[in-house]
Amino acid sequence: MEAINGRPKREIKKGETRRHIISILVNNEFGVLARIATLIAGKGYNIESLSVGDTSEANLSRITIEVKGDDIVIDQMIKQLRRLIDTVKVRDLTDMPRVERELMLIKLHAPSSKERDEILRIVQIFRGKVVDISQDSITIELTGDSDKIKAFLNLVRPFGIKEMATTGKITLKRDSMAEETQD
Amino acid sequence: MAMRKGADVVIETLLKEGVDVIFGIPGGANMEIYDALYRINKIKHILARHEQGAGHMAEGYAKASGKVGVALATSGPGATNLITAIADAYMDSVPVVFLTGQVPTFLIGNDAFQEVDIVGMTRPVTKHNFLVKRVEDLPLMIRQAFYIARTGRPGPVLVDIPKDVTQTMTDVEIPSDEDVINSLPGYKPHLEGNPQQIKRAAQLILEAKRPVLYVGGGAVSAEANAEIMELAELMKIPVTTTNMGKGAFDERHPLSLRMLGMHGTYYANMSVYHSDLLIAIGSRFDDRVAGKVDEFAPFAKIIHIDIDPASISKNITVDVPIVGDIRSVLVRLIEEIKGKNSKIVHEEDRKAWLEQIDAWKKAHPLSYKPSDKVIKPQFVLDTLYEVTEGNAIIATGVGQHQMWSAMFYRYSFPRQFINSGGLGTMGFGLPAGIGAKVARPDKDVFIIDGDGSFLMTMQELVAAAQYNIPIKVIILNNAYYGMVRQWQELFYNKRYSEVDLSFQPDFVKLAEACGAVGMRTDNPKELKDVLLKAKNINDKPVLVEVIVDREENCLPMVPAGKSYKDMLLSDGKNVEAETMYLVG
Repeated sequence: MEAINGRPKREIKKGETRRHIISILVNNEFGVLARIATLIAGKGYNIESLSVGDTSEANLSRITIEVKGDDIVIDQMIKQLRRLIDTVKVRDLTDMPRVERELMLIKLHAPSSKERDEILRIVQIFRGKVVDISQDSITIELTGDSDKIKAFLNLVRPFGIKEMATTGKITLKRDSMAEETQD
Repeated sequence: MAMRKGADVVIETLLKEGVDVIFGIPGGANMEIYDALYRINKIKHILARHEQGAGHMAEGYAKASGKVGVALATSGPGATNLITAIADAYMDSVPVVFLTGQVPTFLIGNDAFQEVDIVGMTRPVTKHNFLVKRVEDLPLMIRQAFYIARTGRPGPVLVDIPKDVTQTMTDVEIPSDEDVINSLPGYKPHLEGNPQQIKRAAQLILEAKRPVLYVGGGAVSAEANAEIMELAELMKIPVTTTNMGKGAFDERHPLSLRMLGMHGTYYANMSVYHSDLLIAIGSRFDDRVAGKVDEFAPFAKIIHIDIDPASISKNITVDVPIVGDIRSVLVRLIEEIKGKNSKIVHEEDRKAWLEQIDAWKKAHPLSYKPSDKVIKPQFVLDTLYEVTEGNAIIATGVGQHQMWSAMFYRYSFPRQFINSGGLGTMGFGLPAGIGAKVARPDKDVFIIDGDGSFLMTMQELVAAAQYNIPIKVIILNNAYYGMVRQWQELFYNKRYSEVDLSFQPDFVKLAEACGAVGMRTDNPKELKDVLLKAKNINDKPVLVEVIVDREENCLPMVPAGKSYKDMLLSDGKNVEAETMYLVG
């Protein structure tokens, strides 16, 4: 054996901080969402978007969560989510080919026909739907992935947004492995 | 099935689970269950004097026996008083089922008398919990609770039972084992180790020059003693255990390095530091073990065997993770090694490694300065080891006395050392020791406590006296919150802020007032006789107050967040000054 100097160091892996999309299949029981939310809050992370809904099986629900965090911490969190008794399947879809959608309802200022026409043209390009119209406003329904929603928002922002609401993302793994295309 | 009350179903289900004792306290919301307990009269009940005590008793029972402990409390304050014990069981992976009464279902959420959302409150500190809303679900949920508590990585499960559920008449059947397993599709506790990873691990072990086995509480839960001994002897690997892993490997064995970490031995910490292969078994690289993570075993490849996938690479990235039941993984690992004729590749290096470790053991054994004027706390443990011939179960509170107990008593069988490792709950010792004695009436149970720790749950001495549970409490009285004082001495320039406990009860009178035998000594020469006397009283609890050297420190010590190179030795000197770092 030989002597060495200094303080040798173990390499510590560091993760990248980014948005993760986690899809969780859970037993359809009260308190499940609270368990998941408690676990994520316990890491000091904020849930950026959330959706809960039915699946093809009556006793199971799917929860889709978008959360920003360090890759290594998220990996640990996913293991802990799997450990919960009421989770049946937990998957990080961040780096997987997937279909992803969210739904937005947005009410825009549209006091004149010129503006209404312009808005309608944009809505058409984005394959949105007008769901309500009044003398000075127009309400639009739009679905798509977050890039599409963002692009749409950039275009309509100059008209003035009166109100808007978006659902959480829902997402499924893409079996075809094909690249996501716009609608 | 005949019609009977939900409360009767609770007791029937507990009987089906083989429960022979419950620790608890009755109250408004769990009265029906107590009534059924009285009528059916088949399960022993130990009446604690505070629900926290009941919880720790159930933990002590579970830790000493390996069976699932059961604690029963009422709603509201009864339930909140349990929380410390629940969190403690969660941190140390102790299988305990906590049953709480709840206000009737039609009052839930109404801020009713003695109502709290205990299921919500305990979500982060239970492995799982249930609120039983319909009497039909009652037996299944209780059986699920036991199944979840004892399988996989064990842990506490709480079942909250509203009063009207216990009053409802039902003909519900007690579900079979198969029904229980099938009712939990998301829970798969039985994991087989990956064969490829086991092969890789075997290869690394055969090729290692300086291997160390680092064994934690998971090995005790998995009852993997024999396999660890076989692996260590077969491959000549020294073994260090964590606080929770004590007893998984006989500390008197020549390959034992005893405990590692903050208050570990010099030679355990040096061995881990210089190892080129660390084989972690049911241990989790806790901060009290790993200290400064980037200087923990900096030369070592790490194999980590654990039942809990979430524990792997949590604090330190490991090279060979093996998720599975520890015992079955070790059996296959040993087979794999034997398949290669157990041929250690670097036989010479391995020999040199063991010689180096022996040199470290000789250079800095665990030691203290003996005295014939004052009683050194370490001397109490040494003497107790002698008096009990190393055969007693030792339960402790939390503080200096706990670490002295870990260091100076030598543990040789699993479930021998019962203490609060993860949560560090002062007051754990007395109730846990009572639970341990209930589980193991054949063993002497000594509770080593501090004067500060003891006062936090001392009311349970009354319970011990009521049932003539002959536990032996040894209070190492230094009239301080000693561990805090030690930190204030070392890291806060002796500013002793609020740690002086010189104003204290007369412990001998206190013991007598509770129905126990009280004794006191401050004389090193009579200590042995006093301990022998305590050992021989077996019809009631005994409390021995030992006045110890007030400002004795618990050493060696690796300061929090530091590396083994910053270890303070028993003479107070720093390791760095006199140690070479050997690799090769």
